[in-house]
Amino acid sequence: MSTAKPKVAFYWCSSCGGCEESIVDLAEDILKVVDAVDIVFWPVALDFKKKDVEAMEDGSIAVSFINGAVRLSEQEEMVKLLRKKSGLVVAHGSCSHLGGIPGLGNFWNKETIFNRAYHTTPSTDNPDGTVPLEKAKVDGKELTLPSFYDTVYALDQVIDVDYYLPGCAPPRDLILNAVQAILEGKLPPKGAVLSPNKSLCEDCDRNESKPEKLVISEIKRPWEVEIDPEKCFLAQGIICMGPATRTGCGERCIEANMPCRGCFGPTDQVFDQGAKFLSALASILDTDDEKEIEKIVDTIIDPAGTFYRFSLPHSILRRRRMEAIK
Amino acid sequence: MTENNKRITIDPITRLEGHGKIEIFLDDKGDVEKAYLQIPELRGFEQFAVGRPAEEMPRITPRICGVCPTAHHMASTKTLDDLFHVEPTPTAKMIRELIYNTFQFEDHTLHFFFLGGPDFIVGPQAPAEERNILGVIGKVGLEAGGKVIRARREARDIINHLAGKVIHPVCGLPGGVSKGLDEEHRVQFLESAKFTVEFAQFALQAFDDIVLKNKEYVDVVVGDAYKMETYYMGLVDKDNKVNFYDGDIRVVDPKGKEFAKFKPREYLDHVSEHVEPWSYIKFPFLKKVGWKGFTEGKDSGVYRVAPLARLNASDGMATPLAQEHYEKMYKTLGGKPSHHTLAFHWARLIEALQATEKMVELLENKDITDPNIRNIPTETPDEGVGVVEAPRGTLFHHYKTDEKGIITEANLIVATVNNAAAITMSIEKAAKAFIKGGKVSEGLLNMAEMAFRPYDPCHACGTHALPGDMPLVINIYDKDRELVKQLKRD
Repeated sequence: MSTAKPKVAFYWCSSCGGCEESIVDLAEDILKVVDAVDIVFWPVALDFKKKDVEAMEDGSIAVSFINGAVRLSEQEEMVKLLRKKSGLVVAHGSCSHLGGIPGLGNFWNKETIFNRAYHTTPSTDNPDGTVPLEKAKVDGKELTLPSFYDTVYALDQVIDVDYYLPGCAPPRDLILNAVQAILEGKLPPKGAVLSPNKSLCEDCDRNESKPEKLVISEIKRPWEVEIDPEKCFLAQGIICMGPATRTGCGERCIEANMPCRGCFGPTDQVFDQGAKFLSALASILDTDDEKEIEKIVDTIIDPAGTFYRFSLPHSILRRRRMEAIK
Repeated sequence: MTENNKRITIDPITRLEGHGKIEIFLDDKGDVEKAYLQIPELRGFEQFAVGRPAEEMPRITPRICGVCPTAHHMASTKTLDDLFHVEPTPTAKMIRELIYNTFQFEDHTLHFFFLGGPDFIVGPQAPAEERNILGVIGKVGLEAGGKVIRARREARDIINHLAGKVIHPVCGLPGGVSKGLDEEHRVQFLESAKFTVEFAQFALQAFDDIVLKNKEYVDVVVGDAYKMETYYMGLVDKDNKVNFYDGDIRVVDPKGKEFAKFKPREYLDHVSEHVEPWSYIKFPFLKKVGWKGFTEGKDSGVYRVAPLARLNASDGMATPLAQEHYEKMYKTLGGKPSHHTLAFHWARLIEALQATEKMVELLENKDITDPNIRNIPTETPDEGVGVVEAPRGTLFHHYKTDEKGIITEANLIVATVNNAAAITMSIEKAAKAFIKGGKVSEGLLNMAEMAFRPYDPCHACGTHALPGDMPLVINIYDKDRELVKQLKRD
């Protein structure tokens, strides 16, 4: 094995494994990638003893691709260590970019999540009120688990991140482009999201069907109506996150006749995807009457969970204040 | 226990909804006293589902698992049918079944060639550098290796087309699907489906040639280290034949006798989950038998799910070619039910064949291109349960909503979780067979790995898709926690 090959690491945090699958889905191309780099860690099951990583020279890993949000102590420790050992860190996928779906956990905290998982779910049979412990003694044997945080974090809230590969999961061409750019040293400015900086609507096939002046007077839920496969979702009154979402995904959901939920996050000009969508939506409501606006807004079900579906930890809200419940 | 205890840690092992860690404790004699498989991961889906619109659940829950997102998507979509009191149109049901069988085939094939396969095809004793997909290709031939990649790609193309994204599908709605199938794609996909039937038979032939014709392998398969007598669970159709998408849940006892048969909505009468302080995963058991700890046999509520369990719980396969192999398997294994954990691999291939035969059957029927793909719900949503057979076992979704269809409660029993107790027990059993008197056999790494891999505990595809075997480490510590020995394969 040539020592000249750049060392690459993959690591996962709180995630589903879809980002690993996205790499496997490179299919034939993966062999080319493997040929060009020396993979020193793979997220799934390498000998990932902390001390082995600690023994590596700082900065000796050319690039670490890290997917998943950060929710456990173990994950925080590992990503900090990888940061120290890596020249570049790429946040791979929505969870590490913005918090992702596990970031919806920020509507709750450890206590409520544990209570649900280990006490109140109807199939749970737990008469002794057992909960998983960071240190458990079982017949005199000590077993440990990493601690579970109240809050889910996006990767750049824990360590410095150089680039972001957006998407849930990121599409194949974006991954290949990123790898190519790194291998060739043709890197964009630090902090770049590695997907075109324009809104999804600009690339959407249905954009032409959008009327000159888009106005809606009623919000419809996808299950309530026949969905016209040619027409702009917003023009049909269906919430579509397109206006507040970065393009580059290939409009895969829209191809399947379902509206965008925003997994690519916002464009560079926007910090808060949910706020951006809210303002986009406000501008297309077919009324200036405050009462009317209120009435229409009331028909939006779960605005926070929809507008921040993938980006709650990274938004200005970050999480719900638990004292606000009840 | 005592200071003389030794601890063996295998960390990390392959993925089970998160990372996994095996801890093995030895007694004073240096024999295995107890093994624990710990899952240090929890994300709280059941809690953060609350407040979400029900129709978004098929787009949220697939993020539980990016390897089997289609299973969560489909279980969730079926839960919506029940919740909104609406039946999918016949065409929508066909499209869902097509997506689902395609997924089942693709996932099973991935497992056999990329994960479980190397153990068998290349051989349990083969050097580590050969025990991977490239080794598999070396053994079955380059042409066959090309077929593996083609089969996976074509199957995933079908799902991408109909469901939007194979890594996280979006097409499911209560009462139907969001996108129909046109004639051009039907014809194209039918060709792919016919190829997959051929491919699934080829995989079974490879299993036959390499495993069954080798006495050494067969002895391992039917050996005691990998045998465990438990209850078995799986979905069956009205004739008690294996069905992945729909049906009743059937449970058989360790003798193979029907113990229970119930509707998805009745699951709480039959399944409970036990909590341990040392793992974030819960341990389901049969409520009517009860939790008796990590033990096998008729008196223990531990049951198993996934391929062999499904075949054990059924009266046969739903398609003719798969049925032939089903009969052959039980004949070879010495009758039904079979308790041989390694036979999960064989059952997986038989299921893959059924899935492909189903794909052809669905695609040969032109009704699948009918444009009527949605029934719009008209009733008030309240509560629903949806069950499918994920590749890794029976998957339960259960939601309650308010009258607007906002989730107020969610309960999920995820496929691999059903096997959590059995996997721990299988590892302990294999460890007991290969660790004696403090002597840790060099083969332990591999043997421990072989004990959990039949269950296909989610993922690990990453490492196995690449050149290189799945690395494992076992550390052995003395009473002062000093590392005295390290077994390593990387």
